[in-house]
Amino acid sequence: MRFLLDAEQRGFAASLDALLSAADVPAVIRSRAAGDDAPLRALWRRLADVGVFALAVPETYGGTGLLPVELVLSCVELGRHGMPGPLAETFAASTLLESVGQTALLPGVASGQVILSLAAEGGYAADPDLADAVLRVGEGKAPLRQSLDPARRVGLPEDAIAVESGAERATGLAALCTAALALGTGRHLLAATVEYARTRTQFGTPIGGFQAVKHRLADVLLQLDFAEPLLYGAAVALQDALPSAGSDIAAAKAACGEAGYAAARAALQLHGAIGYTDEFDLSLWIRRARVLRNAWGTPSACRRRVLAGRIDG
Amino acid sequence: MDLRISGADQEFRDEARDWLRRHVPAHRLPSLETGPGFAAHRAWEQELHADRWSVVSWPRQYGGRDASLLRWLLFEEEYYAAGAPGRVSQNGINLLAPTLFEHGTGEQRARILPEMASGATVWAQAWSEPGAGSDLAALRSTARRADGGWLLDGSKTWSSRAAFADRAFGLFRSTPVEESGARHRGLTYLMFPLDAPGVTVRPIGRLDGKPAFAEIFLDGVFVPDRDVIGEAGRGWRAAMSTAGNERGLTLRSPGRFLAAADRLVALWRRLGDPGDAALAERVADAVIGARAYQLSAFAAASGEGGPTGAASSLNKLHWSELDLTLHETALDLLGPEGELADAEEWSEGYVFALAGPIYGGTNEIQRDIVAERLLGLPKGRRG
Repeated sequence: MRFLLDAEQRGFAASLDALLSAADVPAVIRSRAAGDDAPLRALWRRLADVGVFALAVPETYGGTGLLPVELVLSCVELGRHGMPGPLAETFAASTLLESVGQTALLPGVASGQVILSLAAEGGYAADPDLADAVLRVGEGKAPLRQSLDPARRVGLPEDAIAVESGAERATGLAALCTAALALGTGRHLLAATVEYARTRTQFGTPIGGFQAVKHRLADVLLQLDFAEPLLYGAAVALQDALPSAGSDIAAAKAACGEAGYAAARAALQLHGAIGYTDEFDLSLWIRRARVLRNAWGTPSACRRRVLAGRIDG
Repeated sequence: MDLRISGADQEFRDEARDWLRRHVPAHRLPSLETGPGFAAHRAWEQELHADRWSVVSWPRQYGGRDASLLRWLLFEEEYYAAGAPGRVSQNGINLLAPTLFEHGTGEQRARILPEMASGATVWAQAWSEPGAGSDLAALRSTARRADGGWLLDGSKTWSSRAAFADRAFGLFRSTPVEESGARHRGLTYLMFPLDAPGVTVRPIGRLDGKPAFAEIFLDGVFVPDRDVIGEAGRGWRAAMSTAGNERGLTLRSPGRFLAAADRLVALWRRLGDPGDAALAERVADAVIGARAYQLSAFAAASGEGGPTGAASSLNKLHWSELDLTLHETALDLLGPEGELADAEEWSEGYVFALAGPIYGGTNEIQRDIVAERLLGLPKGRRG
C-alpha cells in the first residue's frame, strides 16, 4: 500500500506545470476560438516532447504503454491550465488504433503530430476538425457545431472509423481522463477565486472575510479534495486491471465532474459580473467545467453505473 | 501507486476478522445510551481488551498492538463490517488518550491508559458550558489552587456519555482573564471523577429521549495535582490537539461508513424501486462518499501519520455530512417503516447522525478553519 504519487511522478507534474505556465494557454484558447489552430498544434507538440501523448501509446509504436496514473496526473495539470483540444479523446483513441488497423498513426500520436478524436455511442466527437482521424463507437454522422466551451467544436464526420472491439476500455479511459481534466479545471477555478476574494474589497474589507464567501469556498475545497482520491483510486484500478475499474472510473467521473462544476459556479458567483464576461480569462475555465461534467458520462449516468456495479458485483 | 494490502497487513486483517467472527454478539446490544446498554457495552470493551483488540494502535504496554494507521483502518473496516457494537470508550480512547500520549506524564499514562483500554474506566468529555459552545474560550468554570491540588467550581454541559461514565476531562479557568491577558491563557486541563463529592450529574435526553449526554455541576470539587494534564494554565494547546483528533479520522473511521454503505445497498436491493432514479442516485452518492473517505484515509496512511490540524476539519465535514446522507436515504427507502423509532438499525443511527454536524466543533466553525488555514482567506470576527 502506497497511495501517493512518487517523486518521479511529482516531478513530471511539476515539469508540465512549468511548461504550461509559460505557454499563455488563454491566448491559445482564444486563437482556437477565432479559427487559428496553429498555436494549439504547436503547444500540443511541445507537450508531446515531454512525453504526454506517449502515455497511452503501445511501446512498439514509440509510447510507454498505458500508464493510467501518469495520464491522470497529466490531465489534472492540463485541466488546471485550461489546455484545449481533444485530449481525453486522443488518449482513449490511442488504445484503439491497433484494433482498427491504423497502427501507422501511432508514432505520430506519441510525437504530437497526430491528433485523434473519439465519439461515444450516441454522442459527438470532440474537435473532429482538429483530428487527423476520428473513431466512433456507435453509428451516425453530424455536422460540426460550436460548443459552449469557446475552444471546442463537436460533430461526427462521415469518414469516422467504426470501432469493433476494445470500446468499453477506451470509453472508460476517456471518462477517467475527462474526470482528471474536470478536477484540474476546478483546482484552478478555486485558486483564482480565493486570490480574488483576498484582494477584492467591498464595504471596506476583502470579500473573502465574509462567512458566506468563506464557507462556499471551503465547500468547493471539500468536494475537490474528496474527489481526488477517487480519481487516483480509479487510475490504480485500471492499472491493476481490477474488475471494479469500470465503476471506480464512474465514481471518479461523477465526483470530479460535480466538484469541477461546483468550483465554476462558486467562481462565477464570487467574481460577480466580471466573471460573466467573455473577455475575462477565468470565464474560459467557467465555461469548460460544465462541458467536462457531462462529457463521457453525466453524473447521473455515472451514479447508475456505480450502483449497478454494487448490485451485480 | 499501489493499493494492495501487503501479506503482513493482510494477516493482521484476517486475524481481526476471524476474532470478530467468533466474538461479535449475535444480537444487537441494547442502546449504549441506556443504563443496561451501557453496562453491556462496557462488558464488550472488556472482551475486546482481553485479546488486545480494544486499542490496536496503542503501544503494547498499555494493551495495544502498536498497529500502524493503515492496520488501524483495516481493523475498523473489519470491526464495522462484522456489525460489532458501538464503542462506549471512544471519548477516552479518541480524545483523552492522544492528549496523554502527547502531553501527559509517564505516571498518568501508566495509571490511566490500561483501565481505559479495558473499559474499567469509561470517560466523558466536559468541554462546553452554558455560555461557551462554539466559542469554547469563553468558558467560566474555575480551578482554584488548594493544598495539593485544585478546587473546581462551575458547570459543564452537553457532556457525551456523562450520564453513565466514571470520570471526565475538561478545561477550567485557573487564572482570571484580567490577569492572564487573553481568554486562551490561564486555562488548565484537568481530569476528575464523576462520583466525587461536590459533583452533580444531571442527564439530558437527546432527540429520542435517551440520556446520551448530561450537565455536570461542580461545587468545590477537589482534584489532586497528579490529574492536571500538561502545565497548569496552559491547557488550551493540549485541548486543541485533542480537538483535532475529534474532528479527524480517528473518531469516525471510514470503516463505519463503508459498512453503512454496504447495508444501504442491501436495503436498496431489497426495497428499492428501480424506477426511482432520484433515490438510486442518492444510494450511489453514499457509496461514492464512503469510498472517497476510505481512499483519502489510505493516502493519509501512506504519508506521515494522519491528517492533523486544519485538514482534519475537512474530514469532519465529509463524514458528518456523509453520515446524514446515508441514514436519511435509508429512512426514505424504508418507506412507512422509516418513521418507526426501532426502524431496523437505522433509526438510532439517524438520531446519532443528526448530532454530527454539531459536536466536535460545528460544521460552520470547521468551514471557517478550512477557509482561513487551508485557503488563506482573512480571519473573521470569530476568536
